This record gives sequence, structure tokens and C-alpha cells, in this order.
Amino acid sequence: MSRYAKPTSLDEALTLLGDASWRMLAGGTDFYPAQGTRPLTGNILDLNGLDALRGIADTASHVVIGARTTWTELLRHPLPPAFDALKQAAREVGSVQIQNMASIAGNLCNASPAADGVPPLIVLDAEVELRSIRGSRVLPLGDFILGNRKTALLSNELVTAIRVPKNSTHGTSAFVKLGARRYLVISIAMAAARIELAGDGSIASAAIAVGSCSAVAQRLAGLEAALVGQKPGPDIERAVAEADLAALTPIDDVRGTAEYRRAAAREIVLRALAQASAPSGQSVAA
Amino acid sequence: MNALGHAIGLTVNGQPVSAQVHPATRLSAVLRDSLGLTGTKIGCDAGDCGACTVLLDGEAVCACLVPAASAQGRSVRTVEGLGGDTLSALQAAFLSHGAAQCGICTPGLLVAATALLERNPKPDEAAVQDALGGVLCRCTGYRKIIAAVMDAWRFADGSPHDARLPGSGHAVGASPVRLDGIPKVTGGEKFGADSFPADALALLVVRSPHHHARFAFGDLAAYRRDTPGVAAVFTAADIPGVNCFGVIAPFADQPALAENLARFRGEAVALIAVEPGYVAAVDPAAFPVTWTELPHTLTPAEAQAPGRDLLHPSRAGNLLTAGSVSRGDPEGALAGSAFVASGRIETSYVEHAYIEPEAGFARMEGDTLVVTACTQAPYMDRDETAKVLGLAPDKVRIVPTATGGGFGSKLDVSLQPLIGLVALKTGRPAALAYTRTASMQSTTKRHPASMAASIGADAEGRVTGMVFDGDFNTGAYASWGPTVANRVPVHASGPYATPNYRATGRAIHTNGPISGAFRGFGVPQAAIMQETLYDELAEKSGLDRLEFRMKNALRNGSETVTGQHLASGVGIADCLEALKPAWTRALAEAEAFNASATLTRRGVGIASCWYGCGNTSLPNPSTIKLGLSPAGDVVLHQGAVDIGQGSNTVIAQIAADALGLPLAAVRLRGADTAMTPDAGKTSASRQTFVSGKAAEKAARALRESILRFANVSGGATLGLDGGTLVIAEGEATRRIELASLPADLDGLVFMAEETYDPPTTPLDENGQGSPYAVYGYGAQIAELEVDMRLGTVSLLKITAAHDVGRAINPLLAEGQIEGGIAQGIGMALMEEYIPGRTENLHDYLIPTIGDVPPVESILVEVPDPEGPFGAKGLGEHVLIPTAPAILNAIRHATGALVTKIPATPSRVLAAIRAKEAG
Repeated sequence: MSRYAKPTSLDEALTLLGDASWRMLAGGTDFYPAQGTRPLTGNILDLNGLDALRGIADTASHVVIGARTTWTELLRHPLPPAFDALKQAAREVGSVQIQNMASIAGNLCNASPAADGVPPLIVLDAEVELRSIRGSRVLPLGDFILGNRKTALLSNELVTAIRVPKNSTHGTSAFVKLGARRYLVISIAMAAARIELAGDGSIASAAIAVGSCSAVAQRLAGLEAALVGQKPGPDIERAVAEADLAALTPIDDVRGTAEYRRAAAREIVLRALAQASAPSGQSVAA
Repeated sequence: MNALGHAIGLTVNGQPVSAQVHPATRLSAVLRDSLGLTGTKIGCDAGDCGACTVLLDGEAVCACLVPAASAQGRSVRTVEGLGGDTLSALQAAFLSHGAAQCGICTPGLLVAATALLERNPKPDEAAVQDALGGVLCRCTGYRKIIAAVMDAWRFADGSPHDARLPGSGHAVGASPVRLDGIPKVTGGEKFGADSFPADALALLVVRSPHHHARFAFGDLAAYRRDTPGVAAVFTAADIPGVNCFGVIAPFADQPALAENLARFRGEAVALIAVEPGYVAAVDPAAFPVTWTELPHTLTPAEAQAPGRDLLHPSRAGNLLTAGSVSRGDPEGALAGSAFVASGRIETSYVEHAYIEPEAGFARMEGDTLVVTACTQAPYMDRDETAKVLGLAPDKVRIVPTATGGGFGSKLDVSLQPLIGLVALKTGRPAALAYTRTASMQSTTKRHPASMAASIGADAEGRVTGMVFDGDFNTGAYASWGPTVANRVPVHASGPYATPNYRATGRAIHTNGPISGAFRGFGVPQAAIMQETLYDELAEKSGLDRLEFRMKNALRNGSETVTGQHLASGVGIADCLEALKPAWTRALAEAEAFNASATLTRRGVGIASCWYGCGNTSLPNPSTIKLGLSPAGDVVLHQGAVDIGQGSNTVIAQIAADALGLPLAAVRLRGADTAMTPDAGKTSASRQTFVSGKAAEKAARALRESILRFANVSGGATLGLDGGTLVIAEGEATRRIELASLPADLDGLVFMAEETYDPPTTPLDENGQGSPYAVYGYGAQIAELEVDMRLGTVSLLKITAAHDVGRAINPLLAEGQIEGGIAQGIGMALMEEYIPGRTENLHDYLIPTIGDVPPVESILVEVPDPEGPFGAKGLGEHVLIPTAPAILNAIRHATGALVTKIPATPSRVLAAIRAKEAG
């Protein structure tokens, strides 16, 4: 007999998770497409009664994004410029209708290589907070998503929050998405970049991630290191042109060839960096 | 089944309501199935199309992605709640702008736009696009939707009053609000899935998961017995008639349910009839069928390889049929030409992607099977369904619902024989709405084409000859493959004088999806081949690309490649002339832009079209009946199915003026085969021309009979004063109380019925003859920018000049142009159906509201002597030039021609790199 439960407290939810195997239902934007028109079978844990998991809060050390926070709520919440990439991605997640329902944690748990939320969260050094009835643990986002549709989430665990360390909320950021149409499109490739400038205008630190070009979005550590000390402009262009992108392992699919993705990734990284280093209000088209 | 049923209480459109459902039931299903609010449409059940958009506490959401439990205690607003007793300002703006065509996406657009306007009453274009980016429309091209939303603030809430409703004698040429428009904006329109009887058996269709497979059923009796809710199962063995249908009788080859062998992925093999209330609990995946996969072919090259299995044993080499047109000495002409351009083009499967998946229900009324479903061709549905079910045609009645887009695919029967079979066998109503995936897998596509051609020109740039060869992947069954094979060779020259010519089109079977009719029947593919070579020839000839086309354009007195003498009405040169100012401006702007830009390059492209209206050299009659009712209505039996293109309005406009009574007096009676004569299929751009001509004839005949009855001359004027017909001639006025006259079985006191069949001649063995009575012409300019490092294409503007003969309704004509262009954009840049891979609307991309640039329509009117009031067809013409104009513009911008479409960013960048590599 399949069960349906809609807990209203986290403890209740964690208790339920401990005693059966469940499909999670949150924003529904992945649940229902996967469901199709097949009968509803298996146990469904409806997370939409967990009000505590919604909203964005500041702690002394972190900006904490509740797991059920929608993309629209994120867009409407005042956040420092380091979050601009995440907000730009938020506007590209599906459509307004999707952004109004889909949760940020759901985007991570779905673990699509093309998840728009992942690269901007990676450049914020985001961590994923997991809870079970036995306790909680925190994983860096890069350790949470293990592969295409694979995460480190255990069957008795719930993602309760995404946490961004305050140390990583400095600087400016940008997100560039490459798709074959304007709206409601799965990314061919995407890039997020966050940079902090030193007093002399050179790059003090950079965080760069590329999505849709590998099973899990990748940080480009080599390029990040090479950019330190460079000034925005031709120096950055040279560093990007020379960067080793071996971390990217794109595939051929209906949206583009691997060769194309490799070339496009370099270009959109450059554009994300240019946009992140541009005076605010300017954007660079993909 | 209802063990998990919960009472969900919510407020819908201000009223508290409740429903007993599983808490994870989709809100869209609650609204439609539990609450009867069918204005919220189901297009994909995956959040990809936005047709089910509703407001949940004021925020736009896809109701298909919202669990019923999340609506508990909250407020939901649907299209039915936007206006109440009157129309909202936005609804009125939609009607006024012609922003609704078929109307299936309209509720979702209206709801999403309402959320925007409540925050931002005067949005700019970008804000409208951002708000509506998640609602797909396949008919309109979005431009009139944008205009309507931006303009809504000018409209007041209130009752609709159409200030544009023309007076007597002025209907033709006017643009009244479409006569069937109001239900499209209120949510009241009933599409295929919107009027299922509550007691109907719900059907689930078991389909092949393989491209090619043998199959065998297990114990069906046990399955039926042991599966709760299953009332009956049906297979091919249950079909009482001939299990073989097809739109062209000599080629009929498709089973309604496959017999032992599935020839393509998605082919139906069995039906499960489920008791009402149980459908959500039955999983067709548990149906007892075993599959033995067989080798398959998906391309003509594979299918024609030696030793390949034949899909149909009588068709050697998997060749369905070939068509050719031959004239003069093309090889000699090419050999003697000053310039020759040669090339190859490949195109992909294109899915119609109407937002309404096929849907309908069937029931027995006495010994008559009544099928109520969406369609483009009610009489063809009737005859095919009767054949499969072993019934006489008059024992099948087709009642067309509103049709949420068709574009050619709803010409073929899909679910009609299936729902008919179950209703016939069980005696109970049977209902079925295809899922998006089933619709995409099992219904027809545009033919993928592999084409090669050479065109020659003399030193002055005059075309000397052309050779064209095209293989068209026709998929597993014939459908309209023969039509494509025959239409392409007739049209592959484009609207240009080509004295020496040979063109061959072959329709070749594969295990791919069935290719059938799709707006243009292969001509859009062929036009890409010809128009891209024309750019190359213009360059070689040293001529401006528009001038080169002008120089070669067909003129009055020209002969076509089939030897047809075109005495008058040839409007292609007029279209090209009309484009000259835009062409000059666009080239200058591109040159100026490119002088400084390197990262993006601007390009301008042009391409033309011509298209014969109606069947190719085959009978193609329409019959129209109309009359006066005792109440003083002009009752028009309007059998030309309106799938959004506007025939309900256009045919009425023609009839009103030919009769001499005001359009406001016309009442439409639908294309029900039990009531309304056969006006043929909505296909081949024939309804305005052929059914319009029949309507003109019938209305003139009705006028004649009234005048004769009143004993007045042809100069008399008619008027209606309630139920009184007022006939005036000079000083004399005669009043006839219509209710005093005897009414016929249709309730009409005056009646006329006329048939029109366009005069054509057969094509001889060389393809010579006069295949069409009327041709329409057009040309378009595409302006765009190409990102030279990403290969992305941004369209800036399309300027479209189309010779419509006479614009019966200019607003609807513009709507056809904008919608056709949007489909052309999709074909050029993003649409590629791959069976097994893109069977949904997030992997298969069609243009969104952000992908269609401003469109400037120029309606050219070169009257045709045959058409009603001089009118020509338009519906298919409009998408033919778009893709080649875009490819030519990309080439102009980058120097690189993309030869495999769609020209995705990946392909565009590869073409640029290949060009750079030399």
C-alpha cells in the first residue's frame, strides 16, 4: 500500500524518512514530468507543509537559503552582488511559472548536468545541509552532487538548507547561459563567475564554474589561479584563451557537439568574467 | 482507488469549492475533471507549454505541476475567472488584436499576462516577453499577443462591442473580430478533451517502445479480470472492418492497431478501456505484451541499402512513390550556362507541436457511431473510421470540436478509429486524450529531406535550367508521402521562369515516424535548396540578390515548369518590388553595423515562394450551404473547418457580401457531417479559395432565389429587420415575414447549396499540365545577427510581402503570415524531432515569445480571376520563404552556408569554422 504524508514539522518529516522509502515532492517541477501519466505509486513525502524550510536568513557565518525557497523568492530577496549570478540563473530556470514553484534544493537534488542553479552556487562555495533523524551533516555542493542524477543524499536524509559562507559573499558575479531559444530552454552550456578585485583593480580572487559540459558542473581551478593579479581586459582574455579546460568532458547530444561545447564554454566563461568585472548594470549577451 | 482520496478545499475564482482526490493529483486535473473548469488546458503535463497556467494566490503557476494538496486553503484563478459576466480589458484586447487563433494556448497566455498587468499595467515588450516566455503558442507567431498585452490598458472591462463589424456589402476587406472569437478568450471554447461524458470509458493505448518489433500478447482475459477498473481490452483481432487506412486510398497501408508487427516507435497495438475513476490507477506498462526487437532503418540511405527488409512487401527498395517534372534539356542548359551553382541540403523531422494533443470521444446514438473530436477533415475521418470499423459511412457521424492547431497532422485519423472501436464494441461512450509523448510519437511529421540540386544562369543572370533530386523520409506508412513526392517537383523551381528543368522527389519508407502533411507538403524543404543556390548564382552573376530574383520571376504570360500558361494574377514580381525599400535599408544597416562589429555580424537574406492552392491535379470540391431562418438569421453551414486560421470568419465575410446582407446577420453552423455538406479538408491552402468560392456561388444563388421570389431585379438591395426581410428596389420596398414561409429540414426558409471544384488538368508522364487553378506568391527578408564565437542567431526583423489576391480579412491574413514565419523560424533554427530522444516539448524546441522578431507584413493584392473576390490561398505560403531567407542571411553575415537544418548554434559555429579553414 502506498503512502502519502505531508508533515508540518521537520521532526515529523525526519521520523517518516527513517521508517520507509519515499519519493520527495516539493516544487513538483521535476516530480510531475518524471511521473508522466503513470499511476501514482510508491510512498510520497510531500514537503510543502514544511514552512521552516522556506526563506533566506543570515547567520553570523552564513547566508542560509531554506531548501524549499523558490527561485522567485530568491529573486525578490535583497542579496549582495556576489549573488547576481545566482539571480541571473534564477531568471533562466524554466519560466516564471517554474520559478514560482521550483525549489532551489530541488534543482540540486535532481542533479541534472544542466541544472542552472549549480554553477552559480558552486562559485559561492555553497554547502548543502542534510538532516536525518540521527543528526545533520554539511557537504560542499561539489561533494553533494556525485554525477548525472546522482547525489550523496541518503534515503533517510532531507536537504534542509543551502548555506553560503559569508567569506564567499564578496565581490561581483555573473551567469551566462547558452541555449537554442530564448525561454524555457535546457542549457547547451553555462558559466558562472565571481571575482573580487584588489585595491589596484586587479583580480584578488576568482571563482568560475561551467555547467552542461560534464556530468557535474566543474570549477576551473587552474584558470581561477591564473587570473589572480590580472587586470580586467586583454589579460583576462589571454588567460581564458590559454586555460586548460580538461576538467570539462562534454558529450555530443541533440543540443550540440562536444567540440562545440568545448569552444563555447571558453567563450561564455570569458563573457561571464567580463560581465562580472563590468560596472554594475551592464550585461553581456550570450 | 479512492482509499487515498482527501477532501481538498480551495477557492476558485472567488468561490469556495472542494474535491475528493489523491493529494498529489495535479491541480490541472482537479480543475478540469473534478470541477469541470476546462478552460485550463493540458498541453504537456510537464511544465513545458504553459497552457495550464493559473494564478495561485496571485502567482502564475503551471497547474500540471501543482499537487492538489498545495492548493488547500488557497485561492486559484483560472481563465474563467478573468472576466466574469463581461470580458476583461485584456480579453477584449486579445480579440481586437487577433491575438487568439486556434485558442488553445489563449487561456494560459491570458492568465500569465493578467499576473503581469496586475503588477505593471503598461509593460514594455521585454516585460511582456519575460512574463509570457513560459507559454507556447504555435499559431500566432506571438507578435499580436505582445501587442494585445501592451495595449490592454487602452481597453475597458465590459461587454464586447465590435466597432469594426462591417455593414452590408463591406465585409470583404474588413477585419472584424473573428466571429468565433469570444469563447476563445473566456475559456468557454470546447476543444477535443473538453466535453468528455462523465460515464465514458477512458482509453489507454499500448504502444511500441521499439522502432521495429514483432509482438505477442499474453493472457489478455486474465489481465482484464485481474486488473481493477479494466472494462475491456482490444487488439487488431477485434477490428470488424478493414484494418488499413490511409488518406490516399490507393496507398492505404496503416493499421489502426498493428497486427503482430510494429513498424515504428509509438505505433498503437492495443487498447485498454478503463472504468471512469480508475484511469489514474491503471499502468499500460503492465499490459501483457512481449516484444522481439527487429533491425530498423531511420534514414532513406539505410532503407535503400541492398538487402534491407521491406516495410511493405509490394514496395521495392522501400520506395513508396516518386514524382517528377521534366521540361526541355536541363543537362544541356547547365552545360551551356555561364554560371552554375550546385549544392546539397538536409532537413530534419519537424513536429507539428500544436498545443492541443489529439482528443475526443465516441458514442453510439442508435446505430450511428458519433465521434466528437478535433480534426482538420471531418468527411475523411468519417470515411476512414467507417472503413476500419466495417460501417457504412452514413453510420458514422463526425462532430468536430474546436481544434487546437493542426498544421496538417490532424488531416489523418489518429484516435477516431480507436475510440470508435471501443464505443462500437461496448456500446458505451469512450474517451481519449493523447499524452504529449503519444502525440509526438504516433502522429505525422514534416518529411526530412536529403536534396541535391544544380541551377544554371546565363551571363546576364537569367536562369537557364535546373536539376533537383530529393529523397524524402516518409516513415513507416504512406500518409501524405505521395503528395509530397508529387508536389515538390512541381514547386522546386520556385516562382521563377526555368525553361529547362528536371525535378524528382522520392518518398522512401523507414522505421521512423510517419511523415505526412505539414504546412507546405515538402515545398518548404525544396525552397531551401533552390533559394540558397539562387544567392550563390546572384553572387556569381554579379547581381544584387533581389534583382537576380526579380529578373527571373514568373510574370503574367509565363509558363511554369509544368508548362502551365499563367495568363494573369502572377504576383511574385509585385512582392519583390514591395520589398525593395526594406531590402535597401536592411543592407545599408548591415553594412554600417559590420563596419565596426566583429563579435557579431549582421546579415540580410531574401527568399520567395509560390504555392498551388488545392489538390495537385485531383478533384478537390467544396460544397457550401446557407439560407435564411425564420428569425432572420443568415445560417451558414460552414464546413471548412476552422483550426485557427479563420475560415469561420473569412467564409462568412465572402458569403455576406455575395448575398448582400450584413456580416452581423450570419450565424455559423459547424462542420458536423450529419448537418453540413462537405467543404473538404483544411489543407493545401484551399479553404479561402475553394470553399470561399463555393460560398460565393452559394450566396449568389441564395440572393438569386430571394430576388426571384420577390420578383425584383438584380439591382435590388436586401436588408433584415428582425425576422423581416426587407427588399428595396428604387422607390419600392417589399417586406417578407420570414416566419410566414415554410421551413425545410434545416429550418431554413430560403436555401442554396453550391459546389466548386477548381479546374485543373492531369500531369502527363513528364509532369506537364496545369496542376492548380490558382497560385499564391510571396517573398520575405530576414535580418539577423550571428554571434561569431557562439554560433547563436538573433533575429532582428522579418519583412514579408505576400500576394493574397484580395485580402478578405487583412488582420487574419497578417496572423497567418506571422504564424507561418514563427514555424519557419523553428524549422530553420531549432526544430529537430528524433524518435526516442525528443518526444517532449523541452527536448523538442519550438519558438517561444522571445524568438520571433517584429514582423512587417505587406499584403500585395494581385487579383486572381478564379478566386472569390480575387482571393488566393495563403496558409502554407507564409512559412516557405522564412527558413531559406534566414539561411541566406546567416550566409550573408558569416560567409558560411549551413547545409543541415536546423541551424543550431553548434552547426552554425561549425559552418563558420569550416569556412574560416577554407
